[in-house]
Amino acid sequence: MPTSRDMNGLAATLDDVANCTKGATRRGLWSDARRRFMRNKAAVISLGLLLLIASACAIGPWVLPHSFDSADWDAMSMGPSLKNAHFWGTDEAGRDLLVRCLIGGRISLAVGLLATLASVSLGIAWGATAGFLGGKVDALMMRIVDMMYAIPYLLIAILLVTILGREFYLVVLTITVFSWMDMARVVRGQTLALRSMEYVEAARAIGVSKARIIFGHIVPNLLGVVVIYTTVTVPGVILTESVLSFLGLGIQEPMTSWGVLIEDGARVMEVSPWILLFPAGLLSVTLYCFNFIGDGMRDALDPKER
Amino acid sequence: MWSYTLRRILATIPTMLVVITVCYLLLHATPGGPFDTERKVSAAVLANLQAKYHLDLPLWQQYLLYLQSLLHGDLGASFRYADWSVNDLVANALPVSAAIGGGSLVLSLLIGVTLGIVAALRQNSAVDYLVMLIGNIGSAVPSFVLGPVLIIVFAILLKWLPAGGWNNFEPRFMVLPMALLTFINVSTIGRVMRGSLIEVMHSNFIRTARAKGLPTRVVVLRHALKPALLPVVSLVGPLAISSITSALVTETVFSLPGLGKLIVNGAGNRDYTLVLGLVVLIAALTVTLNLMVDLAYAWLDPKIRY
Repeated sequence: MPTSRDMNGLAATLDDVANCTKGATRRGLWSDARRRFMRNKAAVISLGLLLLIASACAIGPWVLPHSFDSADWDAMSMGPSLKNAHFWGTDEAGRDLLVRCLIGGRISLAVGLLATLASVSLGIAWGATAGFLGGKVDALMMRIVDMMYAIPYLLIAILLVTILGREFYLVVLTITVFSWMDMARVVRGQTLALRSMEYVEAARAIGVSKARIIFGHIVPNLLGVVVIYTTVTVPGVILTESVLSFLGLGIQEPMTSWGVLIEDGARVMEVSPWILLFPAGLLSVTLYCFNFIGDGMRDALDPKER
Repeated sequence: MWSYTLRRILATIPTMLVVITVCYLLLHATPGGPFDTERKVSAAVLANLQAKYHLDLPLWQQYLLYLQSLLHGDLGASFRYADWSVNDLVANALPVSAAIGGGSLVLSLLIGVTLGIVAALRQNSAVDYLVMLIGNIGSAVPSFVLGPVLIIVFAILLKWLPAGGWNNFEPRFMVLPMALLTFINVSTIGRVMRGSLIEVMHSNFIRTARAKGLPTRVVVLRHALKPALLPVVSLVGPLAISSITSALVTETVFSLPGLGKLIVNGAGNRDYTLVLGLVVLIAALTVTLNLMVDLAYAWLDPKIRY
C-alpha cells in the first residue's frame, strides 16, 4: 500500500488518502516513486545537469570546429579565450581542451554505462540464483563473493591491465569483474527475504501460479533495489576508470578520458592550471550528480531505508 | 570465541590460495618470457638462466616452489630492477606507505570522531554543517582531484609546503599527503559517527540516564559513546584497506617512494613478478586486517553470536 510507505510528507499522505477515497486511480509503485523523485529538488537538478553533460559530450565534438587530436600550433598551452574558438583553452600540445573534455566524457560515460550494465546483469543473475536455490549452492556462491570482497580490487585490476593490455573493452571487462558483488549480495538478500514474505505466502495459498508470483510480486520488488544500486554503481565505475587512467593504466593516448585528462593536467598544473581544473570539475560535477540521483532514487523507491 | 577465532583464521587460507593461484596462472598465461630480449643469448646461457629461476620445470612444480618461497617470506625477484629482490623493494617502500597511511588513519579517527560527536550533539550548528560539507566533498570529489588542488593551493600559490617528493621522513614532505588521506577518511568517519550517535541518543537507555538526572557530559561519555563507536570500529578495517588502495593515488600525486608508487611503476614497466609479489603481499595484509576487524567486532559487540 502506498499510503503506509510514505512517511515523509503530510501532503503526500493527504494526496494518497484523497486518491483512495476517490478510488478513481490506483497509483502503482513506479508512478508513486516518480512523484517522490520529482519532489527531490537536488535529484531533479542533478538529473538535468547530467543530461546536459551527456548530450554535450555526444553532440559537442561535431559542432565545435576542432578535433580532439589535432594540434593548433599558434595556440599551445593557451588559457581559455575566444581566440580561435578555444573556449576552454588548449593543452600543452595545442589540442582544444573543450573538445578533449567532451570526447573524454564520451569514453568515461561509455565505460561507466557498459561496465555498470555488465556488472549489474552479472550481479542480478548471481544473486537471484543464489537466493532462489538456497542451501549449499547459495553458501558456495556467497563464499566466492566474500572472497572477491577480501581482495583489494584496484590491485587485481592493475594486474589484469598489466597482463591483458589497455584496450577500451579490456578496461570495461576489468572494472566489471570487480563491481558486481554489491549487487549480487543485495539481490540475494532481497530474494531470500521476498521468498518468505507474507504476501507471497498468501498468494501461494490462494493458488497463484509460480510464474505470477515471481513476475507479479518478486521481480517488481527486486527492481527497486536494482535501480537504486545501479545508480550507486555508475559513479563508482566511472571513478574506477578515472583512477586507472589517471595512473596511466587505463585508456591510452591519443584517445582520452577524464582520468587521462586529469593526469595530463596534474603534470602541468603549475603553469596552466585550467588543463587540470576543467576535466576535474567536469568529473566531480558528474559524480555529484550521480550521488544526488542515487539518494533521490533511494528515497523514492525505498522510503523506509533512510 | 576460540572456535570462532580459529574458524575465521582457517577461512582466510582458501581466500589467500585462490588469490595467489589465480594471479600466478594469469601471469603465466601472458605471452613472452623474462629473457626475451633484443639481443639473442646463447642457448647454454638461456638454459642456465631458466634453470636458475626454475623455468625449466613443469608448471605445477614451479607453482609449488613459488608457494614454498612465499611461505618462507620470499616474494621472488624483480624482472626490471635486476639487482633487487621484491623483498628489498618492499622493505624500502613499506615504511613510507605505513607512515603516511597509518599516521593519517590515527589522525582521521581522532578528528572524525570528535567532529562527529560535536555535530551529533549540536545539530544544525556550524560544526554540523562542516561535517556534512566534508562528507559531501569527500564522497564525490576523487582523491586524484583533491590532491592536485591541495598542491595548487598550498605548494604553488601559498608556497608553504613542497609540491611532492620525499626526504627521509622529513615532516614537511608528509603534511600534504597525510592531509589528503585524513580529509578523505574524515569525510566517512565524521558522517558515520554523527549518524550513529544521533541514533543512540534517541534510544531508551539514554532517556533513562537523562531521567536519572545525569549531566549531559556523563550521559554522552559514559553511556552513549561506547555503542555509538561500534559502527566506526567496523569502518576502521575497510578504511585501512582503502588507504592501501588510495596509497596508489596519493603516492603518484605526491611522488612518494611507497608501495603504491612501486606497484604503479611495476605495472607501467610490465614488471610481472614485482606486481605479483606486491598483490600477494597486499592481499595478505587486507585479509589479515579483515580478520582483525571481524574478531574485534565479535569481541566488542556482545549481541554477535558465533
